[in-house]
Amino acid sequence: MLLAEINLENLMRWAFVVPLIMACSFLFHLLFSKKLQKRFGEKAVSAVGVFAIGVCFVLSLAIGVGWIQRVNSPPTGAAFTAAEEACKAPYGEAGAEGHGTETGGATEGHGGETKTEAPGASTEGHGGETKPEAPAAGHEGAAGIAPGESASAALLTQAEGEGHTSEAPAGGETKTEAKTEAPAAGGEGHGAEGAAAEGEGHGAEGEHHEVAPVCSSVTWFEIGGMKFEAGTVVDGLSAMMLVTVTLISLLVHIYSIEYLHGDVRFTHYYAFLSLFSASMLFYVLSSNTLQMLTGWELVGVCSFALIGHWWEEKKNTDAALKAFLTNRVGDTGLIIGVIITFFAAGAKSFNVFHINEYALSNGADKGLLFLGALCLFFGVTSKSGQFPLHTWLPDAMAGPTPVSALIHAATMVVAGVYLVARMFPTFFVGMQIGVGGNWAPVGNYVAIIGATTALIGAGLAFVQYDLKKVLAYSTVSQLGYMILGLGVGAWTGAIFHLFTHAMFKACLFLGAGSCSHAAHHTFDMREMGGLKKYMPITQKTFLACTFALSGLPLMSGFWSKDEILAGAAQGQGGKPYMVMLVIGLVVGGMTASYMTRAYRMTFLDDYRGHGHPHESPKVMTVPLMILTVLAFFATFLNIPKLLLGGETSSLAKSFGVRFEHYVQPTFIFPGEELLKPAPFNVIVAGLSMAAALGGYLIMRQYMTAGIAKGAAAKPGIARGIYSFLENKYYLDALYENVIRDGVKGPIARASYWVNMNIIDGMVNAVGVSARKVGEVTYKYVDQGGIDGLVNGTGAVSNEGGQLLRRVFATGKVQQYGAWLFGGAVVFAALIVLFVK
Amino acid sequence: MLANQFLLLGAVLFCIGVYGVLARRNGVAVLMSIELILNSVNINFLAFNAMWARNGSPAHISGAVFALFVITVAAAEVGVGLALVLMLYRTRKSIDVDKIDALKG
Amino acid sequence: MNFTSGQFWTSPITYAVFLPLVGVLVMLLVPRAQEDLHKGLALVTSLLAVAMGVYIHTQFDYSNAKSLQGVVDTEWIEFIHSRWIVGLDGIALPMFYLTLLVVPLCIIYSWNHIPHPGNAKAFMILLLVLETGMLGSFVAQDLILFFVFFEVVLLPMYFMIGVWGGENRQYASIKFFLYTLFGSALMIISFLALYFLTKDADGNLISSFDMRLLSANGRHIAEGTQVLIFGGLFVGFGIKVPIFPFHTWLPDAHTQAPTVGSVILAAVLLKLGTYGFIRIALPILPDAARAWSPVIGLVAAIGIIYGALCCLAQTDMKRLIAFSSVAHMGYVMLGIATLTDFGINAAIFGMVAHGFITGMLFFVAGSAKERYHTLEIKRLGGLLISAPRMGWILGFTSMASLGLPGLAGFWGEFPAILSAYSPASPDRATLFFGWSQVAVFRGFMVVAAIGTVFAAGYLLWLYQRVAFGTPSEEFADDPHIHDVNGFEWAAWLPLLVGIVVLGVYPNLIFHITSPAVSQALAAFGK
Repeated sequence: MLLAEINLENLMRWAFVVPLIMACSFLFHLLFSKKLQKRFGEKAVSAVGVFAIGVCFVLSLAIGVGWIQRVNSPPTGAAFTAAEEACKAPYGEAGAEGHGTETGGATEGHGGETKTEAPGASTEGHGGETKPEAPAAGHEGAAGIAPGESASAALLTQAEGEGHTSEAPAGGETKTEAKTEAPAAGGEGHGAEGAAAEGEGHGAEGEHHEVAPVCSSVTWFEIGGMKFEAGTVVDGLSAMMLVTVTLISLLVHIYSIEYLHGDVRFTHYYAFLSLFSASMLFYVLSSNTLQMLTGWELVGVCSFALIGHWWEEKKNTDAALKAFLTNRVGDTGLIIGVIITFFAAGAKSFNVFHINEYALSNGADKGLLFLGALCLFFGVTSKSGQFPLHTWLPDAMAGPTPVSALIHAATMVVAGVYLVARMFPTFFVGMQIGVGGNWAPVGNYVAIIGATTALIGAGLAFVQYDLKKVLAYSTVSQLGYMILGLGVGAWTGAIFHLFTHAMFKACLFLGAGSCSHAAHHTFDMREMGGLKKYMPITQKTFLACTFALSGLPLMSGFWSKDEILAGAAQGQGGKPYMVMLVIGLVVGGMTASYMTRAYRMTFLDDYRGHGHPHESPKVMTVPLMILTVLAFFATFLNIPKLLLGGETSSLAKSFGVRFEHYVQPTFIFPGEELLKPAPFNVIVAGLSMAAALGGYLIMRQYMTAGIAKGAAAKPGIARGIYSFLENKYYLDALYENVIRDGVKGPIARASYWVNMNIIDGMVNAVGVSARKVGEVTYKYVDQGGIDGLVNGTGAVSNEGGQLLRRVFATGKVQQYGAWLFGGAVVFAALIVLFVK
Repeated sequence: MLANQFLLLGAVLFCIGVYGVLARRNGVAVLMSIELILNSVNINFLAFNAMWARNGSPAHISGAVFALFVITVAAAEVGVGLALVLMLYRTRKSIDVDKIDALKG
Repeated sequence: MNFTSGQFWTSPITYAVFLPLVGVLVMLLVPRAQEDLHKGLALVTSLLAVAMGVYIHTQFDYSNAKSLQGVVDTEWIEFIHSRWIVGLDGIALPMFYLTLLVVPLCIIYSWNHIPHPGNAKAFMILLLVLETGMLGSFVAQDLILFFVFFEVVLLPMYFMIGVWGGENRQYASIKFFLYTLFGSALMIISFLALYFLTKDADGNLISSFDMRLLSANGRHIAEGTQVLIFGGLFVGFGIKVPIFPFHTWLPDAHTQAPTVGSVILAAVLLKLGTYGFIRIALPILPDAARAWSPVIGLVAAIGIIYGALCCLAQTDMKRLIAFSSVAHMGYVMLGIATLTDFGINAAIFGMVAHGFITGMLFFVAGSAKERYHTLEIKRLGGLLISAPRMGWILGFTSMASLGLPGLAGFWGEFPAILSAYSPASPDRATLFFGWSQVAVFRGFMVVAAIGTVFAAGYLLWLYQRVAFGTPSEEFADDPHIHDVNGFEWAAWLPLLVGIVVLGVYPNLIFHITSPAVSQALAAFGK
């Protein structure tokens, strides 16, 4: 019964199980890992983690496949309406309580009402929604997707299989195409069916039809009669993120078996790795801003814990604190942004679709949206290491290297990029990205910050001697690139860059870790050198990924970067972003240049460190190889149509811009008339190649001439720039010495002084003066007057007592006896005298 | 008449006893004085007994019985008293009752 | 039996409130030397009260949480028209449960932590008397009854600080007692004013202390008078909360109090103030509440930043936690000040969450003190090495305290900040340069959001200095420093689990409070 329910459609609805598995893994580690380690050793601990994330990876792949099928044969008509309703879960109403199943029920009802009965019946009551299922299944078999293959490979094969069957150029299918597609996919009678449903539901809306995400939700809490939902959204973006996160996380889990071997806190490490994966997956699946805020902060905590993994050293904990606090600063923006968008959405809703829909509606309050987007972007600024809050990211390298690869290169730091992508309509309208031009009316803050970050990050990468720091600044710079891409409206380019960057940057970081593993745990490039000889696999993968990062043609980085640049060149609203384009090109050159420097210092020349470096074991090098392969093959995910024979060629239709086709949302998203996709631009591509080559050549010349060493000693401008860069633009000094120490020191102390001396002083003064008044009253009124009387009485009795005491109470029993006797005599005398 | 003389003897003995109790400093002497007082009472008892018995009262021996009781109690009392004096001597190295003024207020 | 109303002797509320006192009577008969018997008796008594709580839980109609249930209304002090009226609704219930939960945990914790100078009998008796006072305050629906219970709480706490406290206990306990008493004096004056001034719709004096009647008719008092009466309540409840600038008794009391005293003080006593606002001040005096709300918001916002800044300057762990209470109660007050659904629900959630979290922090601080014999932050360090589990618990609780989403603290903070975006009467002019309330409150919102950074700052700096690093030499091989023991686990686990559960599924509290809050806000005509 339950097994029958398991299909890709339902899996997408039950996407919440993916983070749940990781959460369970975390709990398991928390409770049992120590015992496990004691009994079965480290391997058992890591095996649990690897198994959990492995399962998640497979599920994510399946969800990805499910999404691809959904795009190929999207729900239309009533099924579309049902899906739409599920995503825009209305507030203040009961229903949609049970996740998945009940949404399914609702869909079914809708399906029944319209003419989609035939497919509904054929798939045993799954209703209209499952209509794509039957063809999809056949499809899958035909395409022959081998489960367990890597993400991009699966996407790729799927894309291929897709292409063969029929269908659809990029940019959304038209009505007629959809009609032809259905029979081609092999269902009997589906074609007519689909057309009928479409004619009913969407005929009026024109040729552009949207692929609704798969949403499910439960009531999270209710306040004042309003229900707030917690739910999951599966669409191209989140499916892509799921695959990316689980993939990198899986490889890092494996890599860490060796890298963290013998670590004091092996179990803690795996526990937090699990928690991180859970939080990150939770984050990318969230359907509302509040949930995103939750995931956002949780990944921050994991980052904190993992940066401070070796917390015995103050340096590491300082870095962890810096990361957390800097992010917290940005989070104030995020919190306020969430609040503003909550109220902006009219219906008081956290749901991203509500907010986005409001942003795209005609009556949207642009000023409010600008403010909301600005605040949200402040959060992005800290999390994604954007200028001026990027300073925590390089310090975060204090954590174990696999953590840097996973959290601070591939996944967590792109959370900000993901936020902008997810809420793109809000930013699109709020920041007026669509208006175009370098300086849009309100200042295209997103693009400007992105460009600035790309530039300064690249600049800083030149003066680092720590291999990981080079990569960290490179990450800052590349994140700036992504934000720049989003800022200029190159949505797909930016997200594609996110994807490719995750692959090659993770590989670079893991490679750096491998080097350090070999070279006695140092990351100082001055103590490396010549590693090419000793560790060929690491060297080859590192080189390949350096190519990818530098944007050499044929490697994935080139294509993703190029799309962003092409987007900038094309601009929006007819106005190109020339400044951003130039900065992008310059940064491309700089990237090639500093990566050349890093590569040469690490792998060429002679070994300068001590000991004998050696190649890392397989468990570390295999992930490197996998990532390298992916970094290369990611290229084919989004090949421009121009290279495949132009818009109309059949090759382009089946292979061109698959990534854009599947990942870029069509549901509540700026349509083509607003957001123009940028075609491949030969000139820009040429320029970017030239820039990369130029950067490489200059650095090669520079290094072989040995000028590098002298730069610091040189007088004049060079020296000035060098020290300016070395001091990280003095931002750290500003934050740490002025702001942080200021608040911690003088300001806090001053407040406390005020507290103790003024406020509490007043309290004490009241107390003291009350006591003074009391004393006066006591002394003169009470003691002198009233008590005088009382005391007088007392004194008299006291004195009398004293006298009597001296006379009678001598303590001599004989005297007492005498008095007794005397008394008895007197008594007797009285009796004798008076008693008759 | 006969009773009179016995009562007179008792009174004299009592007065000597009281004097001894109140005036003597030696604890043992005080005890002996108490014995005198008790014995003066005994004499009175016996005198009154002899007086009433002659009149043929049914309780013709009750005075003698009381005297016997007093002698018994006196013996016990002397025992306790001497023990007290002994303890007093042990702790204070003196049996001078004037110096025992712990009850002094 | 019908739970909606009942007789004094058949009401479970009566038994829940007075069972602790029965326990006290029994314990008075037991000689002092039998310490374990005393502890056992106290524990059993408090658990019996919990059992009554469970019974109430089964009887309470949650779908009707907006109205008072289990009402008992009988004669009490007839000649001043004060009646014995008790009952529970969605606002009181969470606090009632919180009290029932915290007291047994404190007793368990005290099992082998009776502070110097010992005397388990007296200590336990005070705890139980406290419990009666606290429970009574939360169920009372009559102003005088409330006042009596409110004051009953005072004395045991005074003795607890004064007898079992730290070096400076005399000063702290006297300050606590007098300060609170001063507030109570103003409070009772306000109560009397309500009694003498409240008229019903026909203009007849109602001459009653019944909160239900007063809530229905309080709005007939002229606004100027309302504002004055509210002022008395503001100071009376505000001292207890404590709001800036009436907070200075708190750090002293907390620092000097024995661990259990601090826990109860933080977890329940402070809530009496905020509860008073929500239960008494707002519904009875709606016009005054509207007029006062910017002022409350202001002191709340100041409290948030100010408390945090003072935290940063602390050198003593316990004092730091005490000041963090000022900041956290600032969020609660901010929520209350907005007079909105979101704000007040957040406030109640914040009260419960703060009870769990800060109570937990004080527990940990107490245990640390017991092991290190000092709480000077400079001398601590490396807790994660000396007592790893305790270190992690401290870390977890700190994270909860700084308002991490997914843990309880967040749900008190975030909705409060959110509610400040749109207060109940947005266009009303305020005293501050005549700006509208919405403008002023948005300012508070930004300040409160910045406060979260400070919260992270002081808690993590605390954590870094206490838990990270290696133990200093003086404590490196100290055999007294051991990890969490059984009694501590027993006392802490419910709180820890509660923090997670409430954080993940906040509806547990919101679905109880929300209808009742809407009912209470009905006075505001929205």
